[in-house]
Amino acid sequence: MSAELQSVALSWQDQLPVLQIIIPFFAGPLIVLLGSRRLAWPMAFAASVAALVIAMMLLSRVIDGGFISYHMGGWAPPIGIEYRIDAANALVLVLIAAIAVVVLPFAKVSIAAEVPRRHHALFYAMFMLCFTGLMGVVITGDAFNVFVFLEISSLSTYVLVAKGASKDKRALTAAYDYLIMGTIGATFFVIGLGFLYMATGTLNMADLADRIALLGPNRTVQAGFAFIVIGMALKAAMFPLHHWLPNAYNYAPSAVTAFLAATATKAAVYVMLRFMFSVFQPEFVADSGVAAYIIGPLAVLAMFVASFIAVFQNNFKRMLAYSSIAQIGYMLLGISFFNHNGLTATMVHLFNHGITKAALFMAVGALVLRTGTTFYDRIAGMGRVMPFTGAAVVVAGLSLIGVPGTAGFISKWVLVQAAFDNGLWWMALAIMASSLLAVIYVWRVVEALYLKAPNPEAVHKEAPLMMIVPIWIMAGSTVWFGFDTSLTLGAAEMAATALLNGSSGLAEIATSAMQ
Amino acid sequence: METNTLIALAILLPILAMVGNMAFKNLPNIRDSFTLFCAGLTFASVLGILSNVGNGTSETIALFDVFPGLPIAFSVEPLGLLFAIVASGLWIVTHIYAIGYMRGNNESHHARFFASFSLAISAALGIAFSANMLTLFLFYEMLTVSTFPLVAHKGTPEAVRGAKIYLGILIGTSIALLLTGVIWTYTLAGTLDFTQGGILQGKVSGTLVPVLLALYAFGIGKAALMPFHKWLPAAMVAPTPVSALLHAVAVVKAGVFTMLKVGIYIFGIDFLAETGASEWLMWLAAFTIIMASVIAMQQDNLKKRLAYSTISQLSYITLGMALATSMGALGGGMHIAMHAMGKITLFMCAGSIYVATHKTEISQMQGLGRVMPITFGAFLIGALSIIGLPPLGGSWSKWLLMVGAADAGQQIMIAVLMLSSLLNVAYLLPIVGRGFFLKDTQNNAVSGIKESPLLVWLPPAVTAFGCLVVFFYAGQILAFLMPITGAAQ
Repeated sequence: MSAELQSVALSWQDQLPVLQIIIPFFAGPLIVLLGSRRLAWPMAFAASVAALVIAMMLLSRVIDGGFISYHMGGWAPPIGIEYRIDAANALVLVLIAAIAVVVLPFAKVSIAAEVPRRHHALFYAMFMLCFTGLMGVVITGDAFNVFVFLEISSLSTYVLVAKGASKDKRALTAAYDYLIMGTIGATFFVIGLGFLYMATGTLNMADLADRIALLGPNRTVQAGFAFIVIGMALKAAMFPLHHWLPNAYNYAPSAVTAFLAATATKAAVYVMLRFMFSVFQPEFVADSGVAAYIIGPLAVLAMFVASFIAVFQNNFKRMLAYSSIAQIGYMLLGISFFNHNGLTATMVHLFNHGITKAALFMAVGALVLRTGTTFYDRIAGMGRVMPFTGAAVVVAGLSLIGVPGTAGFISKWVLVQAAFDNGLWWMALAIMASSLLAVIYVWRVVEALYLKAPNPEAVHKEAPLMMIVPIWIMAGSTVWFGFDTSLTLGAAEMAATALLNGSSGLAEIATSAMQ
Repeated sequence: METNTLIALAILLPILAMVGNMAFKNLPNIRDSFTLFCAGLTFASVLGILSNVGNGTSETIALFDVFPGLPIAFSVEPLGLLFAIVASGLWIVTHIYAIGYMRGNNESHHARFFASFSLAISAALGIAFSANMLTLFLFYEMLTVSTFPLVAHKGTPEAVRGAKIYLGILIGTSIALLLTGVIWTYTLAGTLDFTQGGILQGKVSGTLVPVLLALYAFGIGKAALMPFHKWLPAAMVAPTPVSALLHAVAVVKAGVFTMLKVGIYIFGIDFLAETGASEWLMWLAAFTIIMASVIAMQQDNLKKRLAYSTISQLSYITLGMALATSMGALGGGMHIAMHAMGKITLFMCAGSIYVATHKTEISQMQGLGRVMPITFGAFLIGALSIIGLPPLGGSWSKWLLMVGAADAGQQIMIAVLMLSSLLNVAYLLPIVGRGFFLKDTQNNAVSGIKESPLLVWLPPAVTAFGCLVVFFYAGQILAFLMPITGAAQ
């Protein structure tokens, strides 16, 4: 194991886990205090680059198994707050930080066009807070700390979504919707935590795991489990709790949507996984039947219903929002299979879908910059006017479908394998059938972009380089990760193994003690 | 040169041609000669592989693992090499033809057209040299996507609709069925390498084999097995060079080639014969052969008629695999080459007629043969080869298929093949007859119509001559293919 208890003298490498959080966390207020529109962006960008470097260093330390445990302020857990990094969350940390680094340059142009100038500094401050919150949710090993970071990210997200109001006032109602639903989700989550605390007297995740295992069957714990799963399902926009998502994604500024779509729901799915497998043990979840009888069917519904709705959208951005709900269905389906390949698929799709959607939503932003809207009839023919943006939409669209040579293919492959592992060949066919719906909704965009006459009202110019480069970094990585899977699939498999083993060594002792 | 280098060259040179097309977008002569140059080198590379490997099997080159134990990998074996020779060789001829056609017809967007075309060839060669099903699937999809701009080339509502059907069926079947089958195979066998004798023997229970085979047979939409054949007539809205090389050779042959590969190297001919899993496929192929011929007879549009003829002929190859005998598989393999030669001739003639007269309907073609003797002569030879008359190439593959059917004890399939020949006569020869013997009418005056330009009539003449030549080399082709059945190398 890479990290046993660390004592006093810590080198700077040992401080990486906390630096991961405090760098962006302090960047936010600092931007507000300086209040300079010109400094805001460089600071936010520098903070995210630093966060990305740190996240990659962390991942490189845990990718071969093992974990890092960091004690906040030197207080040993379970009393103190613990940050705990293993392959599962290190991968998510890298994803979130990488998306932030890529989206920020894009945001500079996009936000300048979509948000009033006087709000720019505040916007980047909020962006940093949101970023911090998401990273914190993922990195922490303390259940209550999850809640705190979750609220940091959620509250700042509401603001970010509402920033779309200068373009379309409906952003306000969308943000309000999101606020209500998000708060309900968070409340459920914290109620669940309350139950767990009541039953066990601890909030450290590893400690919780041990004590829950020792407790044996317990109604309070079960109730806590139910609240936590539903709370997170709301945050993750699990069908049918997805109501907030389409409007929030649609009316938020493009850069915000690109960032959120790639990270926010992913973090929620991660937390769900973490709680199901590390806090409550796999056996507990299996006994509850929640994976097979609730998450599974809802995931399949999401795959079909949301994809079906996406097919009938006339608005690129809204279509992508519904597609996201369907894709979250794939991730949840992976969980519901409850086997190694299934969890691998969830983890790897989390990553692959993140980069795919980031590319697509940024391309939407580029189109908005030139046409002012995202409706199919208004972005018509822009693929020919904006060849780089158009090609990126095609590439990322193929990844969304899961065509070989793209990242989406890798996730789908593993997911279908997981279905076969459980002997569910009809489920394998269902997964593929739902991909066909993706073919249709992606096709409709491509058709609009390439096969219609260009919209004469639009500005007929390719998007600026500050947009094209981030878009193509993401679109390029969907291709890259479609071939080189050593990082993504490797980390995902490691994560799946770790999750399925449960975190608690005491679980086995407990079961043997009970026998 | 090393075989590995040559394989890389064969796949990458067409991509270089694509880049060249984009770079020299506005310099038509440089652009087209550069592509021709690349096409020549590609063919030379494939021939180099032939001289290195012969009809043996080369070492597998694995590039990197995509999934654990499942790399992107290439290797050479006789069937793939034959397909590669056919595709790359005919690319040269078609490219020359396409230059004449596109210029003679004043088509637009030449650079985009030739760029997509080159990419499609690269994908076809990738399919030919794939060492496992994953690699093959990758290039299979690449072929679909790269040919899409070609089908939609004209940009008319009709072209867009055709392209939509094309993409919908090909992507739909491959993702929903083929990919499912591939992943299922991988979970069952733990590998996807093309292996002599198949990889599924003993890995799957007998009742599931036909289901798995069905996922492949219908999933390989490019093989145009009914009921997933509609994309091929829909693709006929493309400019004729596309129909000629891609929809008579590269794309459809990639489909049936995949079918053969799956039958021979994934299931294994013996395994299929043992389990009888392919019997239903044999009947379906027979149905497709007859049905498509019948539909072909009703088409007045020349290219549509040829498309249905292709659907019918492709099922010959599927039938060869489904018979589950060595001779059937060999006949199928040989038919890839023979049919390619014949059908590309027919399509290029159709294009030649279009360039010279802008006529697309057979009913308008009376008397044309007398003013365009070379085109119609080549058409006659191509048609006779498709029908399977000696001394033309098509006769041998049909012969082998019949032997294969006899080996399998399926005499009724021999009858099917014979009936199909008769139907071929009925829908192909009247076109020639109409051209040479019927008098032109007021509405369809032939006066003023001349033979098409040299670059347009020469290529079909060459391939028509080719049909004749391959008849005499059939023995060599057969011996070349022999190892695929596991016979002594």
